[in-house]
Amino acid sequence: MQTIDLATTPLRDVNAALQAQASRTNQTEWVIENPKGAHAIAVGLDAPIEVTVKGSTGYYCAGMNKQATVKVTGSAGPGVAENMMSGTVVIEGDASQYAGATGHGGLLVIKGNASSRCGISMKGIDIVVFGNIGHMSAFMAQSGNLVVLGDAGDALGDSLYEARLFVRGAVKSLGSDCIEKEMRPEHVEILRDLLERAGADAKPEEFKRYGSARKLYNFHVDHAGAY
Amino acid sequence: MDKTPQTLPRDSWTFSPGINAEIRRAADTGIYDIRGGGAKRRVPHFDDLLFLGASISRYPLEGYREKCDTSVVLGTRFAKKPIELKIPITIAGMSFGALSGPAKEALGRGATLAGTSTTTGDGGMTNEERGHSEKLVYQYLPSRYGMNPDDLRRADAIEIVVGQGAKPGGGGMLLGQKITERVAGMRNLPIGIDQRSACRHPDWTGPDDLEIKILELREITNWEKPIYIKVGGARPYYDTALAVKAGADVVVLDGMQGGTAATQDVFIENVGQPTLACIRPAVKALQDLGMHRKVQLVVSGGIRTGADVAKALALGADAVAIGTAALIALGENDPKWDEDYAALGTTADAYDDWHEGRDPAGITTQDPELMKRFDPVEGARRLRNYLAVMTLECQTIARACGKSHVHNLEPEDLCALSLEAAAMAGVPLAGTNWIPGQNGF
Repeated sequence: MQTIDLATTPLRDVNAALQAQASRTNQTEWVIENPKGAHAIAVGLDAPIEVTVKGSTGYYCAGMNKQATVKVTGSAGPGVAENMMSGTVVIEGDASQYAGATGHGGLLVIKGNASSRCGISMKGIDIVVFGNIGHMSAFMAQSGNLVVLGDAGDALGDSLYEARLFVRGAVKSLGSDCIEKEMRPEHVEILRDLLERAGADAKPEEFKRYGSARKLYNFHVDHAGAY
Repeated sequence: MDKTPQTLPRDSWTFSPGINAEIRRAADTGIYDIRGGGAKRRVPHFDDLLFLGASISRYPLEGYREKCDTSVVLGTRFAKKPIELKIPITIAGMSFGALSGPAKEALGRGATLAGTSTTTGDGGMTNEERGHSEKLVYQYLPSRYGMNPDDLRRADAIEIVVGQGAKPGGGGMLLGQKITERVAGMRNLPIGIDQRSACRHPDWTGPDDLEIKILELREITNWEKPIYIKVGGARPYYDTALAVKAGADVVVLDGMQGGTAATQDVFIENVGQPTLACIRPAVKALQDLGMHRKVQLVVSGGIRTGADVAKALALGADAVAIGTAALIALGENDPKWDEDYAALGTTADAYDDWHEGRDPAGITTQDPELMKRFDPVEGARRLRNYLAVMTLECQTIARACGKSHVHNLEPEDLCALSLEAAAMAGVPLAGTNWIPGQNGF
């Protein structure tokens, strides 16, 4: 196991070391100590390594991640795992705004709460939040799955495309063109798999599914009030 | 027979035939007019400036004999690998989706032949474009369609798009007709829907966040790539200053004549400032921060000739970018397609319904049959020629002003033909020493 102390090692050196790991590296376990809210920790990784950040991170931790597993033992600042392509990111604490924004793939697990705009413009990523999520989450979400064990704030799924939203608790309000949809067997299976992979203690049957009504897909003046 | 003189029919200036036609169109369809291109209204522009040329106090350089350098380096502030261009004219961002694949290929080929860069657009980077572009700028847009770290790393520079001149504060729109299987796949969207591009970035707001976003992009790309920030011509002084503060290597400033693939006509014609009005405030911001020539300024929006290039450089820009002009060079709006334009209810040079995907020239379309009309190799040759002509024109003017590098052109080489242009460009009205707006007058 490799340990890097961010208190004494420049961020550039930390990221360069992690980014240099090839897909067949033997050095698969890394620990980063003293993050102290630093930004852009463990960004742009592209190897099947496991990085544990001991503490809380600033903006964009694990941004554009591929293959790697990044665990944050504290909380994460805005844009954690933004534009993630693959791999897994796990936040033990809470996540700030834009968690998983525009993510194309991989799994983001937030064991606390997530703030506003969680999963904004998501493009294939799977996000599981054990707590609640803030307003405007999954805004313009294109594909992937957002699973919320707690409650969702205002305007969930506004202007949604084809992403699936699963919420166990209350939804304060739905955004434009987002509706509750039937939970069919295939959705139960997708949800069961995600809950299991995230280690979440919840049953798929407890959730409701939300998705796009697809009324805003092609502009029509009669829908202008919804925009 | 009544011989009483009759009042001749008199059109209203306010309710002109064009305005009335638009009212009728709106009443009929219930939707605003969407079109491509930039502002078509007459605004003060480079045409309203003249070069003074050499005289007793300044001597010229010999045309065709004495060297007049046109090279430019972009991204010298922080990037390990700045972009070196042979000419100060770049190709602006235009998306695959808005343009056909062969059109993007032609832009890459033509720019490469001319020794300059081209730029991706909303919708991501295609292999054809990367392969044919020696220097490719990868746009980082609010939609993040197709965004991925591999393309970031194989780009030569990254352009964070905050806005564009045709629609500062507006997002994009690609109507369903152009969302083919390939375009939809690259953007992760269903085929045939109207694709909206967000107007602001999903994971940062404001200059402090932007500074951190730039840090992230630099960390992902090993601090190699120049990072441009593109803004529309809204508040050029403050936007430039904030872009510098956020850590930009290059500021790209796009005035209201800058084109778009598609947006509302009301937006194009009524939001943003003319290119001419934007340059001096942006340059002043750089000068006030001690960053002029350290953070490079690229100006776009209505650049058509070598004279326009020279004037933009004289006002303080390091380079210019062309979009609409490049498409015209490729063959867009060519009169040889007059019959087809007529069938669409328009004419060559006026055609701007690029969003409909029915472009007779086969450039702003995804229709396989129309695309066959466009030859990317021939298009590249035409673009290369056009860029060469503009460069020669710019050099001709620079030599006449006694400059051994086009960057040595300066505001003192210019005068203005109108009060408005004099005030915007900060140069004297021709025949006077009056710069409106300066020294309390």
